[in-house]
Amino acid sequence: MTNKFKTGYTIGVIVLAILAAMLLGAVILLAIGADVMKTYLVILTEPLKNKIGVTEVLLRMVPLTIIALGITVAYRSGIINIGAEGQMAIGILATTAIALLFPNLPRAVLIPFAILAGAVGGAAWGFIPGALKAKLQVSELLSTVMLNYIAAQLYTFFLRGPMLDPAEMTMGSGTPQSMRLTRNLDLTRFIKGTRIHSGIFIAIALALIIFLLLWKTSYGYKMRAAGASERAARYGGINVPKYLIIAMMISGAFAGIAGAIEIAGVHRRAIEGVTGGYGFSGIVVALFGGLHPAGILPAAFFFGLLIYGADMTQRLVGVPANMVQVLQGIIILVIVSTKMILANPYLMQRVEARWHAVTKRPGQEVQS
Amino acid sequence: MTFIINILSLGIPFSVALLIASLGEMFNQRSGIFNLGCEGMMAMGAFLGMLVPYSIGKGADVPGIYNYLGLMLATGVGALLGIFFALVVVTFRAPQGIAGIGMQMFGVGTAGTLFRHFIGGTQSVPGINTAPIPGLSRIPVLGPLFFNHNPLVYVAFLLVPLSWWVLFKTPWGLRVRAVGTHPRAADSIGIQVNRVRYQALAVGGALAGLAGAYLSLCQAKMFSDEIIAGRGFIAVALVYFGQWHPVKIMGGALLFTLAQALQLAIQGLGIDFPYEFLVMLPYLLVIIVLAFSRKTQKMGPTSLGKPFNREMRT
Amino acid sequence: MEQQTKAIDNLRIEHVTKRFPGVLACDDITLEIGKSEVLALVGENGAGKTTLMNVLMGLYHPDEGRILINGEEVRFRSPNDAFAYGIGMVHQQYMLVPNMTVLENIALGCKQSWKPWKLDLSLVRKRIEGVAAQYGLAVDPDAYIWQLSVGEQQRVELVKTLCLGAKFLILDEPTSALTPQETDELIALLKRMAKELSIIFISHKLQEVKDLSDKVAILRHGRVVFQGNTKDHSSSDIAALMTGHEVVLPHNDAPACTMGPMLQIRNLKVRSDRGFLALDDLSLYICKGEIVGLAGVSGNGQRELAEAINGLRKVESGQILFDGEEITNRTPAQVIASGMGYIPEERNTEGIVPSFSMKENFILKDTTSPQYNSHAFLKNKEIERDSEALRQQFDIRSPNIDVAAGSLSGGNIQKVILAREISRNPKFLVAVYPTRGLDMGAAEFIHKQLLQKRNEGVGILLISEELEEITNLSDQVAVIFKGKIQKVLPSSEASRRRLGILMAGVKDDE
Repeated sequence: MTNKFKTGYTIGVIVLAILAAMLLGAVILLAIGADVMKTYLVILTEPLKNKIGVTEVLLRMVPLTIIALGITVAYRSGIINIGAEGQMAIGILATTAIALLFPNLPRAVLIPFAILAGAVGGAAWGFIPGALKAKLQVSELLSTVMLNYIAAQLYTFFLRGPMLDPAEMTMGSGTPQSMRLTRNLDLTRFIKGTRIHSGIFIAIALALIIFLLLWKTSYGYKMRAAGASERAARYGGINVPKYLIIAMMISGAFAGIAGAIEIAGVHRRAIEGVTGGYGFSGIVVALFGGLHPAGILPAAFFFGLLIYGADMTQRLVGVPANMVQVLQGIIILVIVSTKMILANPYLMQRVEARWHAVTKRPGQEVQS
Repeated sequence: MTFIINILSLGIPFSVALLIASLGEMFNQRSGIFNLGCEGMMAMGAFLGMLVPYSIGKGADVPGIYNYLGLMLATGVGALLGIFFALVVVTFRAPQGIAGIGMQMFGVGTAGTLFRHFIGGTQSVPGINTAPIPGLSRIPVLGPLFFNHNPLVYVAFLLVPLSWWVLFKTPWGLRVRAVGTHPRAADSIGIQVNRVRYQALAVGGALAGLAGAYLSLCQAKMFSDEIIAGRGFIAVALVYFGQWHPVKIMGGALLFTLAQALQLAIQGLGIDFPYEFLVMLPYLLVIIVLAFSRKTQKMGPTSLGKPFNREMRT
Repeated sequence: MEQQTKAIDNLRIEHVTKRFPGVLACDDITLEIGKSEVLALVGENGAGKTTLMNVLMGLYHPDEGRILINGEEVRFRSPNDAFAYGIGMVHQQYMLVPNMTVLENIALGCKQSWKPWKLDLSLVRKRIEGVAAQYGLAVDPDAYIWQLSVGEQQRVELVKTLCLGAKFLILDEPTSALTPQETDELIALLKRMAKELSIIFISHKLQEVKDLSDKVAILRHGRVVFQGNTKDHSSSDIAALMTGHEVVLPHNDAPACTMGPMLQIRNLKVRSDRGFLALDDLSLYICKGEIVGLAGVSGNGQRELAEAINGLRKVESGQILFDGEEITNRTPAQVIASGMGYIPEERNTEGIVPSFSMKENFILKDTTSPQYNSHAFLKNKEIERDSEALRQQFDIRSPNIDVAAGSLSGGNIQKVILAREISRNPKFLVAVYPTRGLDMGAAEFIHKQLLQKRNEGVGILLISEELEEITNLSDQVAVIFKGKIQKVLPSSEASRRRLGILMAGVKDDE
């Protein structure tokens, strides 16, 4: 099989996949009578039209990147982490707790401490499904989903109870949220008039760290081996259960860090809806980014665009914001299908044979 | 005592959605496929079930036929979604876990989008009411417990022996079980493995859609983004827990619903226990149950989760 | 399938060719079988025998060529079509659903029992009884498959194909998992059945070819290199035609066990996955600089022994001493660190990580050793340098060291594993079926390496199904049967006949 055909085939399949995704989305859009092309256009271009739009996209890119990095570590280690929503929530609780307990610590101490707390909280919430899988072979797909629901309840409990804003208690509307946290926690908003904060640099740094971890260290090697072939890894002396747990803890920690940064940079208090579906969007970003930090950064930007753009569609074209979830689902289905289609050598051979039969010029030899 | 009976008689209809969805998922898993997208199919079912009567009556009472049309629409579209999912995991052989999540997001998102567009807000429908069985519903204790429910409850519990029969006594059930345990053996004897899996997924999807419609038409009598509340995922776990057997699955469904009913009971009794911890209970129970159910694989579908590829030389 | 399939008087495979990506499995094959004839299809692993039979069964479509039954061309799109003509196959790995009964398994193929809302199992039961009476094949219809022994399962497979109306039987390596006694019974049975059916059986065991077949066809690399009447040729003729050259495998001539014990296994009890005792009070010891070959029918505990030694399976009682140190129930990493090398049975799933590159596979066991690891970071330069050196030294055919190991051919994958294990300078090697499925050239290379290591003082436990490989390489031959060592013989006293008897569990008193 020629390399030229292989590249052409791959590109062809990917293009078809993109078209299929857009078509599926179009079906839903047509069902609600929306203008398909206009909707796609709004989602993809509207946010980029001004400074605020771009920074808002970058803003969403931060948690998406961090969570996707964590999911990548887990996925490559052989465990699928659908619990990022819950891990993020627990991370936020930990961060908020630290900020409420130590409001007077200097910034240089509080910020790392609080983010670390978020990481620890998330890691603990990731440890549970990891240990359940490693020791009891419980499917992480189910345990992480259940833990999401449990974490959501815990979150609400704390926000309505121990962490409730005293102001809310006395005269408030009963909104479950904490008080405005100490300014010592604030991540700098470095562009005036926008909300983009220094968390984005943390996200990029974390991407580099994950790259080094997975491909340049022995720990990363062992995790990837465990994920690629659990049996061979075991036979090679690698303690697979241990690395499964480590991978899930890292994955949870990253979700927790994402939560901490969202609080410190964007909301400055713990409120409802902070996790905002980032846990699930992170999965799509990880897949779309090819489970590699270099791909995740642009993928996170793209999905930040998608999410922010979808917020605007309700106003501009009358398409509900739920549409973004539809698109994400479609993208996941299309990506995993495409991956499998491309990984099928028999199919490629048969298409090549067909192609040669159709395009063969007289006198030309068919290459096999 | 009446209080307990009341709680139990509330608990039984609560378990219906979970039961129907689980039985559907049982067929999926028996054929070798686990469908995490069950939640999404249920969401679509919930929306579609409600769509028909609402469109006709805009919230007012409508002739019962429209409710049943809604149920049928939900079931039909659920089957189509099952076939769509089969395309991804059977024909394209995509990994079932991630594909299931994709399906879930697609289903929940589409249901939410369509709902906001066509109905919006917190509209409710009168839905389907209880239909007490004449005579039987007057028996003390047993009457209100078993015979005073809406028709779908009876259907759901009848589904248990029916699916037992289909799975263990019919040729199709035999094929499904073979395909989920040893697809290569089934293939070598001339059974079309992929086709059987498509059929099983269509059945599973149909039942998921029906379960969702039950929630919107019979239980909550409305639709919201949170209406499914993880029942689709719990259904998938329940099938494991029930060892792919209809009767054990029914037991599991009742058990989980009891946890939910407990929440209402405790609230009803006025005990001051944080509401959120009670809501957590069923989900916690699932994890505990999963942790302790060593899959006795021997009698279950041992090819669960593995795509079938005839050309693969093992 | 119809009960009344027409008799097959003549079946002809004409110019059939079948390709897979990168492999020409069947190359222009033409064969003919007449009524009540038994054809033996012979060839080494990978010669194309099973693929050809799968084509005949309708599981694969031939890229070229055709099949004729009674002079008419037939096209099989699926096994259903083959069944309709009365062709039935008993595969090497049994096609029986473990958690269903014998009755249900047969009903799966018996479309007449498929009534609209009910399975007519009584119809199937009657058929089974009929077949059992006709051929003397007794099976318990209500037993679950997982409850049956290997020999019993094979009988179920035979009953199944007969119930489904087979007039033409294909058997793929029917005796590969049977003891010599069970083999004799099967051959007698097949002779009875041959009076009414035609049979093709695949084998690489020459004795049964001689005993059972009328005609023999030899495949090598997908081509028919010879066809003829069995009685006209001797076993050695056929053997030579199978391999294509005088078989001169390296031979072990040096004196053994002069340096003391390396691996001592004492009274080991280990359970299999199914729960029964796979190793039942097993004792064995291997010296430094000695090769001990473990002969036995596959499934008598070989896998469990290899895994127990390497820390991959729990030892319930007993002891394993490695160079004086106790390694019983240590973790795999600890066993590796104490100097154990392991060439596992399944090269693709246990020996390499297929999606990792060749160089990444070389360092599988060495990611934390100081030569490749500096403060948890991998030293890429050193890894590449050493990997390239290994590739040259072991003559591994690949464009470079970055190709995915899983894309290499079987022989080259085995070389990667061997290179990795040997370059770690182990004190001991456990080699499990090391040349299974490899061509002569690769096998020869591996044997040479093993002998060299032995001469350097490394102890080797060689587990193999090929008696010739064992007798050629080993200093001592141990026979394993039902989890115990039957006897340990010096290689010079280990004749095929004697080994065969021991492998069947018969105590030998010579």
